[in-house]
Amino acid sequence: MNAVAWPPNPYLPQAAQVVERVEEGRDIFTLRLRLRDAEARAAYRFQPGQFNMLYLSGAGEVAISIVSDPDDPQLIDHTIRAAGRVTQGLQRLKAGDTLGLRGPFGRGWPVEAARGRSLLLITGGLGCAPTTSMIHYALQRRGLYGAITLCHGVKHPADLIYGERIQSWCAAPDTQVLLTADKGAPEWRGRVGQVTQTLEDVDPALFKGVAMMCGPEPMMRAVAENLLRRGMAPADIYLSMERNMHCAVGHCGHCMFGGKFICKDGPVFSYAEVRALLAVKGF
Amino acid sequence: MTGRLRIAVHKFASCDGCQIQFLNLEQDLLTLASRAEIAHFAEASSVMQPGPYDVSFVEGSISTSADLQRIQEIRAASRLLITIGACATAGGLQALRNWKNHDEFVRAIYARSEYIDSLARSTPVSEHVKVDAELWGCPIDQQQLKRVLSDVLARIAPRIPGESVCLECKRAGHVCVLVAGDVPCLGPVTRTGCGALCPRYERDCYGCFGPQEDGNTRALGRRFREMGLSDADIVRRLRFINGWAPAFRAGAQVWEK
Amino acid sequence: MPVAGLLKRGQLDVLIQTLRARGYRVVGPRVKGGAIVYDEVSRADELPVGLVSVQQPGRYRLEDSANGRLFDYVHGPESLKRFLFAPQETLWTVAQNGEVSFKETLPEQRPLAVIGARACDLAGMEVQDRTFLKSQYNDFSDPYYATRRENLFIVAVNCTRSAATCFCASMNTGPRAREGYDIALTELEDSFLVEAGSAAGAAVLAELPLQPAREMETTQAAQAIEAAARSQTRRLDTTDIQALLFNNLEHPRWDDVAERCLSCANCTMVCPTCFCHRETDVASLDGKQSEHQRQWDSCFTLEHSYIHGAQIRPQIRQRYRQWLTHKLASWIEQFGVSGCVGCGRCITWCPTGIDLIEEVNAIRAQPEAKT
Repeated sequence: MNAVAWPPNPYLPQAAQVVERVEEGRDIFTLRLRLRDAEARAAYRFQPGQFNMLYLSGAGEVAISIVSDPDDPQLIDHTIRAAGRVTQGLQRLKAGDTLGLRGPFGRGWPVEAARGRSLLLITGGLGCAPTTSMIHYALQRRGLYGAITLCHGVKHPADLIYGERIQSWCAAPDTQVLLTADKGAPEWRGRVGQVTQTLEDVDPALFKGVAMMCGPEPMMRAVAENLLRRGMAPADIYLSMERNMHCAVGHCGHCMFGGKFICKDGPVFSYAEVRALLAVKGF
Repeated sequence: MTGRLRIAVHKFASCDGCQIQFLNLEQDLLTLASRAEIAHFAEASSVMQPGPYDVSFVEGSISTSADLQRIQEIRAASRLLITIGACATAGGLQALRNWKNHDEFVRAIYARSEYIDSLARSTPVSEHVKVDAELWGCPIDQQQLKRVLSDVLARIAPRIPGESVCLECKRAGHVCVLVAGDVPCLGPVTRTGCGALCPRYERDCYGCFGPQEDGNTRALGRRFREMGLSDADIVRRLRFINGWAPAFRAGAQVWEK
Repeated sequence: MPVAGLLKRGQLDVLIQTLRARGYRVVGPRVKGGAIVYDEVSRADELPVGLVSVQQPGRYRLEDSANGRLFDYVHGPESLKRFLFAPQETLWTVAQNGEVSFKETLPEQRPLAVIGARACDLAGMEVQDRTFLKSQYNDFSDPYYATRRENLFIVAVNCTRSAATCFCASMNTGPRAREGYDIALTELEDSFLVEAGSAAGAAVLAELPLQPAREMETTQAAQAIEAAARSQTRRLDTTDIQALLFNNLEHPRWDDVAERCLSCANCTMVCPTCFCHRETDVASLDGKQSEHQRQWDSCFTLEHSYIHGAQIRPQIRQRYRQWLTHKLASWIEQFGVSGCVGCGRCITWCPTGIDLIEEVNAIRAQPEAKT
């Protein structure tokens, strides 16, 4: 974990207010949060790829990745799918409501190791969320990174979120967005097919850069193996993993993946670190 | 979805013990009544309002042809349907008839069997309609009921743990009656929720909270066999209050001659 | 630590009264439900006398040896774990009345003295320290654990008898207590050889009516501990255990053990090092406040691997494999030490008597061909 001032009790949340709530899609919404306490707010910093624990009163906590711009840490965005009991509860929050927040936690994207290299981001479904803060970060420091390519796959065109954001990235310098949907639709302008197929459209020079992935584990595994066949090294492929964290500080055991704690050793790992176990069901 | 929830409590074939657990909430029942409208609760009030209901709690098993009809109506009138107790969740003790000849029972017991309208099998609600959550137990546990009620009031899905009784025993510091006393305790394959009530008094769990989420009744049966229980003893142990629950049903089947 | 002296068995009560006078709540071995558990002790004559535990896979019995000794029972299902990592506790509360406010509920600073901790218990505590206290393995201290740890005074007992399920000698954790204790006792014929392991322990010993220990007694004590080690028939071969287990993740033995495993979680509950816990909320019915609690969880529950409406480990074989590979192999990667201290509790307290040593041996005997 990076040097973040944190109260002596790492389990205790702080009050945060919903500043804004954005509907992103069916059962998908973004909560923009602001810490109540001015001192905590001033001290709050995060790295792209880190996550917070959000607490809904009476329901419990849930790990949600931060999707906003790391250069603007006073407003912290979380894009959430209402999938479980806590996230279904969070779905009912409105601007002005208060919830609990702990964080940030975990090891994010390799912003230093990727310097000077091109970035190939490959995401599936809501997996695009954890990579957005990386894209913000790189676009703010455009000179530090090479070409940026986002390959993003959804099941149905209607599942696509962040439409405006993606539009703006398309217009950014040396930045390309390749979209695909498993099933097509009349108005769909992207590809139809799996996200691995978009790799056909990627300039082969990009496979000498760094890849960052987020999505369902079978998808990430298929993409990573595909990238290896295209000559990428396992150490240059990064992926963000997910488990049902309870404590977020490596104490509770829920996010163990072999010898790794996803909450503190990850959620971002190089493929070299997790390749063997990703191939085994039940880890 | 705003305003007070409309809650109903319905009764089918049962002893009313789970409804009594509701009534015995006492002060908490008043809190519930202040936050929700209790629209239908035969055990508590003669005022019984028709649906729709936000939440229907259902006690009792489906045991007559009238039950078959009524459970469909309740389902159609309820946004959430939550079963309470072994009868509604697993068919109850009265499901023991499911292995026997129902008509013979009726003829043996009632002078005028033509007045008796009961089904050959007593079955859980989930065999007939979609169930959103199941509270196990004979009777249900009040602490668990309160948790479910506060989840329901907060409009979030209830959390009902499915793990074994053993975790509760060990957390509470109860010594294992099986390991330390060769007592045929069903705790390892039984669902938590009772507060490990029987082992607390050095008694064996008899499975009144039904099967745990993914236990191994076959292996426990083998252990009972080693302890000297007969095949018939093992069948009787598992075929009791929750005998019709699939895991206990299968576990007993193994030892049936 | 130097030997402080000899304490007559009949004067053990002085130790208990000294601790009580210093403000400690004293717990020690008591009999409950046919086993030794830790409970409140106010006088030495409340301690069980002459009892030995006969332990086998899936079986525990106390028998009266009529030898008058106090600590031959070896151990029961409980270790030091419950005194540091509470089975269930409230971490904080939240009140909601317009504002949302959080209030931590740290345990009270109450000194606790535990009499009878064994070398395996101390080793288990050292292992859990790596999980819950800030160190090279861990960025955050758990303030609940840390508070209890600071307030714990340990009177360890060196084992002069082993149970049949013990294998601490092969795990290099016992039967002699190595570190982490304040006072260590070794039971001799009619006295205890007493050693201090900390300044606090030495201060307590200074108040006891100790007699000087002669070489004869220190030799007797060492021999008795050595004999307990030699009497252990079980040993876990940990040679290359990380590679052995992780190269055999699809070994048929996992299916075999899943036929016997109840998925009841007893092994993890009695393990002195298992640290998994869950956090859940208990909200008041009026919706105005909630207690954020944690309780011991286990990798044997389905909920443990729940994510997005499904479980990562839906099968018993996957859950047993998770437990064993973590305990014996990936723990080393995480904390630089095995998660197993060789206490044998998981063997004794498994209702179907699964012996992890046998499971490892079966895999070692016929490893899968490496791919």
